Amino acid sequence: MASSCGCWVRDFLCSSIGRKTVMAATGLALFGFIVGHLAGNLQAFIPDHGATMKQYADMLHSKPALLWGARIGLLVLLLVHVVTAVSLAIANRAARPVPYQAKAWREASYASRTMMVSGPLILFYVVYHLLHFTTGHAHPDFQAGDPYRNLVIGFSNPLVAIVYIAAMAMLTAHLAHGLWSVAQTLGINHPKYTATLRRLSVLIALLIGAGYISVPVAVLARILK
Amino acid sequence: MKITLHVWRQKGPSDAGRMATYHHEAHADMSFLEMLDTLNEGLTLKGEEPVAFDSDCREGICGMCGIVINGIPHGPRKSTTTCQLHMREFKDGDHITLEPFRAAAFPIVRDLAVDRAAFDRVIQDGGFVSVNTGSCQDANCIPVPKKASDLAMDAAQCIGCGACVASCPNASAMLFVSAKVSHLGLLPQGQPERGDRALRMVHRMDAEGFGNCTNTRECEASCPKDIGVEFIARMNRDFTLSSALERQEKAGGGGG
Amino acid sequence: MELKSNIPSGPMDQKWEKHRFDLKLVNPANKRKYTVLVVGTGLAGASAAASLAELGYNVKVFCFQDSPRRAHSIAAQGGINAAKNYCNDGDSVHRLFYDTVKGGDYRAREANVHRLAEISVSIIDQCVAQGVPFAREYGGLLANRSFGGTQVSRTFYARGQTGQQLLLGAYQAMMRQVGLGKVQLLPRTEMLDLVLVNGAARGVVTRHLVTGKLEVHTGDAVCLATGGYGNVFFLSTNAKGSNVTAAWRAARRGALFANPCFTQIHPTCIPVSGDHQSKLTLMSESLRNDGRIWVPTKNGDTRSPSSIPEAERDYYLERRYPSFGNLVPRDVASRAAKSACDEGRGVGPGGKGVYLDFGDAVQRLGQKAIAEKYGNLFDMYQRITDENPYKVPMRIYPAIHYTMGGLWVDYNLMSNIPGLYVLGEANFSDHGANRLGASALMQGLADGYFIIPYTIGDYLAKTKLDKVAPDHAECNRVKQDVSERLQKLMAGKGKRTVDSIHRELGKLLWDKCGMARNAAGLKEALGKLPDLREEFWKNVTIPGSGESFNQSLERAGRVADFLEFAEVLLTDAHDRNESCGGHFREEYQSPEGEAQRDDVNFAHVAAWEYRGPGEKPVLHKEPLTFEIVHPTQRSYK
Repeated sequence: MASSCGCWVRDFLCSSIGRKTVMAATGLALFGFIVGHLAGNLQAFIPDHGATMKQYADMLHSKPALLWGARIGLLVLLLVHVVTAVSLAIANRAARPVPYQAKAWREASYASRTMMVSGPLILFYVVYHLLHFTTGHAHPDFQAGDPYRNLVIGFSNPLVAIVYIAAMAMLTAHLAHGLWSVAQTLGINHPKYTATLRRLSVLIALLIGAGYISVPVAVLARILK
Repeated sequence: MKITLHVWRQKGPSDAGRMATYHHEAHADMSFLEMLDTLNEGLTLKGEEPVAFDSDCREGICGMCGIVINGIPHGPRKSTTTCQLHMREFKDGDHITLEPFRAAAFPIVRDLAVDRAAFDRVIQDGGFVSVNTGSCQDANCIPVPKKASDLAMDAAQCIGCGACVASCPNASAMLFVSAKVSHLGLLPQGQPERGDRALRMVHRMDAEGFGNCTNTRECEASCPKDIGVEFIARMNRDFTLSSALERQEKAGGGGG
Repeated sequence: MELKSNIPSGPMDQKWEKHRFDLKLVNPANKRKYTVLVVGTGLAGASAAASLAELGYNVKVFCFQDSPRRAHSIAAQGGINAAKNYCNDGDSVHRLFYDTVKGGDYRAREANVHRLAEISVSIIDQCVAQGVPFAREYGGLLANRSFGGTQVSRTFYARGQTGQQLLLGAYQAMMRQVGLGKVQLLPRTEMLDLVLVNGAARGVVTRHLVTGKLEVHTGDAVCLATGGYGNVFFLSTNAKGSNVTAAWRAARRGALFANPCFTQIHPTCIPVSGDHQSKLTLMSESLRNDGRIWVPTKNGDTRSPSSIPEAERDYYLERRYPSFGNLVPRDVASRAAKSACDEGRGVGPGGKGVYLDFGDAVQRLGQKAIAEKYGNLFDMYQRITDENPYKVPMRIYPAIHYTMGGLWVDYNLMSNIPGLYVLGEANFSDHGANRLGASALMQGLADGYFIIPYTIGDYLAKTKLDKVAPDHAECNRVKQDVSERLQKLMAGKGKRTVDSIHRELGKLLWDKCGMARNAAGLKEALGKLPDLREEFWKNVTIPGSGESFNQSLERAGRVADFLEFAEVLLTDAHDRNESCGGHFREEYQSPEGEAQRDDVNFAHVAAWEYRGPGEKPVLHKEPLTFEIVHPTQRSYK
């Protein structure tokens, strides 16, 4: 019998499918955050010059235990997602040491083949994003407690907006494959609904991407000011 | 028809290997391997070493042949093994690139021939029902729902060619392993060992150095027998559930 | 030499049971002291290796492919017979026995065939327990179909891939034993000679095909399960690698080769398309259940089939054999196709083909129903020929498919060399002069699962076998022989490729010793054979070296053996002055063109002793007696 150390958790987490399951589970949780974050962002469109948004921010900051709990939780999820991805990628690279001279693809989508590109790029962007809108270190005129103002000023710089839009395009691609991939890895696949699930995965990713991108576009179009 | 072949030549596992180019005259009614046969006849008469490639039944069932043709295992025609591919799929003046199935778990024997013994070792670790010869009841004492039997057959059709591994961006063997896990897992005969089988076969697959599945579905598209990734999902379920639920075997020992 | 068939006494239906009791047993604790060498991993080899290992013997198993799962049994499409009578249509062990003896044109041993029919039932049980996904009815029970001219539905099948599924079952059982350490697997290893010590088979010399290394493996008995010799004809439905080498090497060491002239032609193959053709593809015989075979009534009619009116079509099988029609046995259907083509009524390129027309069936059942039944076969046909068989009738022509002849074995499947067992297609035993459809899988598995485990124990228990080490003087001598032969092959730097000579041999045999044979043609072929052999050894060229993966060298060794073996094949065909089963001698036919047996002079097994190239092999006869199924003229009218 192949490798087994007797501890089922370790066996599971060392196995290919175990690590994939970890990727799926953390991915799904992070997706939940992405949806919640989007809901927060879309408050910008409430025409009250950011009053609702500010209220929401104040509410979050008023419960530091909850806020920091969530932040630490997210960080751990992200770390596990990233570390597992790296370990899988290393194994995948080792599994084909000599590449093909010519390789063509029949089915594999661009998004599915570039998860290890879109993923790291999103990660880099997240770091910048935190310095930009959370700590303010990368923001020209940061004012703690007024997210709407920070957002409008931040995105008024077209370069910043374009970088943001590009990052959200990456996120869209990542989700378009990732969402269906979560289902597949967790064993959800049946001819009755798999095709729908795959289309739904792309649709949700596009909606989320559009939602995020709508904010900087609105700022540039001077709809939000 | 005149074609130009770019063929991977490699003397053995330790040789670095390189691409070589051959200009060749082929006929549209030839199978792809007959085209290579005629290339080899020519090389032999010139005193050069022929291009090594594996093939046996040449009717698409033994799984011995397998060449990556223009970047796709078994070539451009879907649901077709290399031996069943015909030259009419190509046209005069085409450049055709021929490479071996590339994966760390499939060391190259020579040129386009690889060693797929890793697959046998995966089967050896659980791809069976543990029944000894002779100890069976009448065949019709085990009713099997037709749909389960048909689905099991869909999985059991796997010819073990390795195209799934060759096509996968990660050289993963999930489709091959899941086909056997599902074939036996779908049948009543396979139930007693179902959980343990999934565990053992997946652990062996990992130990053989295959990559991981990133759900690109390239394997499904390259499988000459159209085996689907549905079976991979099935194996994921079996593996995860039995990782969590399977009990450790107790050392029992027979009674007096 | 007296051939002792060792058929047990007693009534036919009790022989095997009685024999099993009479066979000596090896103590369970002693089994692990014995090593059995199994060459070949097809149905017979894999099932034998698994079953012997389950009993406790140590087994070493060899195959030339990269994996044991590739053996050519995998290509069998149609099904496997068993006398289960699940269809309640009057089948029984006795009927399967009767059909097989009759179908074999009364040239098989009754006792062997009866045993096969008895065991057939257990094979299905065994395979189902292993998880072979046989076709099922909606109620969950096994489905059966009628196959290859039988009038009962006794054929079990797994779509068009029955051989594949049965082989994978046996392969998996064997791999389980590999995992348990009872079977040692040696793939890409070709047996090149047999080692005899004190007259008994004790080892094999093998060449590792990747490194070229010669090795000696010794054991207490050797089982050859190395398949048939159909590739002596170059073009056949056999896999490219199928060869006679293991059996022929044993024959050179004294094993008798029985009935080599009994070769089976399969009537439904895709016709040859050109000189580049490397093999022929079989279309399952089940196609004849719904397809109608015809040729134009006029000679040289080159109109497209759709423009030939009904009145100008000759449905010759339905005309000549009204009760069996398109479902006559293989040999009859093949010869009828040949005679239609010989009359100049053949269709397609070169006039070497007849139509297999699904037009009526599509009209009657609809294209969907036909696609459900034969979809994969139709796809395969279209892939190869680029013609759509739903619209244009298929073109088919007979091709060499199976060889009933093989090494002579007794009732215990042991050859005349003690300790050398021969299983499956490699032996001559159960099909007589013609094999019925869906019987090859049955025989391979019967030999491996249910016969050899008993009979080999008897030999091991009764025989005193001293240990033979791989460096035993006799092993070294045989290894030296092999090495010299390989060097001689590699020394050739002539102008011919191995395949070109193989093609020439194949054409000679197909022309003179194919579907129909006559004394003059056979004599002529026997005359040409020594020249071809000389041409091979003088003028063949093999690039590369013997110490590496060298596929030209592999093929050369096999062709060299075919060139020697062909002499025995031709001699047998020449000396068997009768027509029976797959052996049709033009001199011996009824006025209507039916085969005429000669039961007075040829009701025997012809076992040939090889005496060296160019020397006439020596004939040993084992008379055949028929207690139950009395020979009659086969009639399918």
